Amino acid sequence: MRDGSETSRPPQDSRMGPKRRVLLFLDSVSGSRSARIAAYAVGVLFFLIIVFVPPVFGILLGGSKIFEMLSYPDLMSRGASAISASFAIAITVSLMDLATGLPMAWFIVRSKSSWVSTVDTLANIPFIVPTVALGYSVLTFWSGPQGIGSLLGSQFVFSPGWQMIVLLHFAFSYPVIVRVMVGALQGYNEVYETAARTLGASTFTAVRTVSLPLLKPALIAGFLLAFARSLSETGATVMVAGAFENGPVFIRNAQAAGQQSPLLFVSLVLIVTSSLFFVAIRVFAPKMQLPMSGVQPKLERRLSSMHAVMSRNLLAFLVFIFFVIVPSLFVVLPGASAIVDGTLQEAVSGTGIWSTYWQSIGLSYLVALVATCLNVMAGLPMSVLIARRQGGRVISGVLDTLVNIPIVVPSIALGVSIGVFWGGVTGISEFWLLVFAHASITYTYFVRSMIAAVETIPVEVEDVARTLGAKPLMVFRRLTIPLSKYALMAGAIMAFTRSIDETGATLAVAKKLTTAPVLMVNWVKGTVPASPHAIGLGLGILVLTSFASLLVLTIVTRRT
Amino acid sequence: MPSLRLLNVNRTFGRTKAIDRVSLEINDGEYVCVLGPTGAGKTTLLRLVAGLAAVTSGTIELDGKDVTNIQPEDRNASYVPQQYALFSHMTVRDNVAFGPLARGLTSEESLRAADDMLKLVRLAHRATAFPHELSGGMQQRVALARGLAGHSPLLLLDEPLGAIDARLRVILRYELRKLAKGLGVTVLHVTHDQQEAMSIADKIAVLRDGALQQFGRPSEIYEAPESPFLANFVGGANFLEGVVVREAPDATVIDVAEGFAITSSRDGHGRGDFVVTSFRQEGTLILTNASLEENVVPGRLVSTNFLGSFLRCVVDLGILGEVVAKVPVREALELRLPDRAGDVVYVRANRDRIMIFDRPGRPLAVELEAF
Repeated sequence: MRDGSETSRPPQDSRMGPKRRVLLFLDSVSGSRSARIAAYAVGVLFFLIIVFVPPVFGILLGGSKIFEMLSYPDLMSRGASAISASFAIAITVSLMDLATGLPMAWFIVRSKSSWVSTVDTLANIPFIVPTVALGYSVLTFWSGPQGIGSLLGSQFVFSPGWQMIVLLHFAFSYPVIVRVMVGALQGYNEVYETAARTLGASTFTAVRTVSLPLLKPALIAGFLLAFARSLSETGATVMVAGAFENGPVFIRNAQAAGQQSPLLFVSLVLIVTSSLFFVAIRVFAPKMQLPMSGVQPKLERRLSSMHAVMSRNLLAFLVFIFFVIVPSLFVVLPGASAIVDGTLQEAVSGTGIWSTYWQSIGLSYLVALVATCLNVMAGLPMSVLIARRQGGRVISGVLDTLVNIPIVVPSIALGVSIGVFWGGVTGISEFWLLVFAHASITYTYFVRSMIAAVETIPVEVEDVARTLGAKPLMVFRRLTIPLSKYALMAGAIMAFTRSIDETGATLAVAKKLTTAPVLMVNWVKGTVPASPHAIGLGLGILVLTSFASLLVLTIVTRRT
Repeated sequence: MPSLRLLNVNRTFGRTKAIDRVSLEINDGEYVCVLGPTGAGKTTLLRLVAGLAAVTSGTIELDGKDVTNIQPEDRNASYVPQQYALFSHMTVRDNVAFGPLARGLTSEESLRAADDMLKLVRLAHRATAFPHELSGGMQQRVALARGLAGHSPLLLLDEPLGAIDARLRVILRYELRKLAKGLGVTVLHVTHDQQEAMSIADKIAVLRDGALQQFGRPSEIYEAPESPFLANFVGGANFLEGVVVREAPDATVIDVAEGFAITSSRDGHGRGDFVVTSFRQEGTLILTNASLEENVVPGRLVSTNFLGSFLRCVVDLGILGEVVAKVPVREALELRLPDRAGDVVYVRANRDRIMIFDRPGRPLAVELEAF
């Protein structure tokens, strides 16, 4: 036999550079059990101390003050109707998204038309436009003097209220469903459908009885994401709500009025109900049977006809254009006027309201950067822990569910809870409060993206490397990271843009500091006097920076 | 000194025993095939040796050293999984250099080791290609080179030829053995293909339901299988159940049905024992005329299949069931067997080729199942 000792000598060689020696040292340290446990512990502790416990349980530190509200029946009924409005709107909007987004996703994946890629890109736009910009855009489109009223007459004008919240939430959650379904459909093997059709099913029947049940996990995921976005959105909702209140708007009004108890109570109820709703959907939805018993061949054959398909696609397009795209991009109008009427010069010179504007942009980017870096560092070990079931099936499974909670709970409620939690700790500056809040809200985006990527790396790849002599850290830096680097960057950019966009938690924790989207809400609500053109320009600049992020994202992910 | 020793190794998953009290000793430089039907625990055994799964109880020794609780990277046993798991983001050369690099060589030394190994598997010209640019056979060779480049004394191959088409598979298995022998490495090669195991292994370890059935040279397992399952799974055989009625030196007579007795030259069973007799398909002869010799049973030729050098004949023996005979093709053509489907023929087996087993505790059909 060959002597293995020649190759497994200790890695100290005078010919090696210092960098390689450090790496080899770290690699060999990583072989020890305690080093691995330490790495995972950092990930789990960060998750618990920063991301999970303060936003979810911090509110309980409010103590008896929370329940003072119980003795005010009028406040109670207002709070109850706000919370039920939140759920009603979120469910309605998610179902509308499914009904109109599914045909669109189907078109994008299956159509051979040369317009597909254009439609695909357009469908992403509301994703990119920061929700505050979208809110103002929807507001001016449906109720502004230059909006839909000027085109079709005043009977089409909506005034701020619940209908407009539905229109707004529909516009920004629509691309979520389309994205998720396009992804799922691209990975779906059409052969099942073909098989069903050779057995005599019409296209409609085949899709209904074969494809949709197989795509159910994606339908559930899409529904949950859209639902969570709708339940959580604060800044834009405040803009279009008028006198109407859903959960987040109620909390914001209570905060503005300095009412501590309603603020805490409604936050607590929102945290509990949204978490329960999420867990319930995760547990029960996969067991739910889609309606598929019985086939009506004649009717379903007619629904599969060219005409039926064409009219369905046409309808989906009309909804997409009039309820998603145009309202989303309407902010371009005031933004464009601002360029010619001199507002741009004011903005560039930074005079008047613009000096605070640039400060808030700077703050937004700094907070997003710090929060994203923290999430990447602490999220990496966590992702491996979950994806590779390192903590055992039960612990990893529980963590896998828990990491979703921060995006399910309305962010303003999270923010209130974070404020209560850290409020008891002296010496934490408002800046770090903001960072922690943003880290908590964006954590899920990064970690989910990484978990998905790590899960696609075959375990055997890591196994082989170990038997070839690689220590765990070497496996991680030479294999895991390179094989998932696109997901890593995509996840980081998603977390970053979500942080730039965040309003709910920011409103809740920041008293002196103002981030860019919060400033925009103040401009629109008139707390700070600003002309429509200034608002348009301010939002336009935010949109442009978002587009730049998307561009980076597209370039990064396209290289896969 | 044995290169690898397993002592009473167990591995359970919940209530299932994936590996059940396996003890094995493999010597330096031996080429050992682990053979068994699907689900027998072959891959689990390999992963236990590699350190990728922990034993529930028992000891594993490599080179005389107890490695039961040693991490895979410190065991020096390199693993080549079924789908190769080539590192898709690295070139062929970097894949192969990974092992030496991981073991602390400088990158120049590692690349040199990789180039040497690639030359050996005739892939030096594809060193800068990425794995997905190679054919299945080439990928298999890269995986091998990667496993060998770090000079691990023990190579663990999990169905290394499973993803390769049938014709190439036969050629590559001899190459595999030659390569391993040339380098002097000890090999543990998992396969479900008994022909593959028979043709290249120094020794075969047959595994079933996690338990070791027999461990020995291919000829030993073929000539003297220890159970009906082994006789059937390795080589294939016909079986008749019966009772020993007479016992004499050099002749045990077994009553297999009313009026039919079989004589075997093997002993070890006493009068009244319930036994299973077995004879190889290629040791089963077919006569077209009646004969008064011993061990001749009449039957009806049901069907014939052409296997190249053999004609596979299925004969219905009535109450005794069906038997299969593999008749050398020249002989079969002389007897015009392909044209005789439906005719009465006589099946015969020599007494020295008839094996006798204790009757298993479960129905014979269950005992013989191989899936």
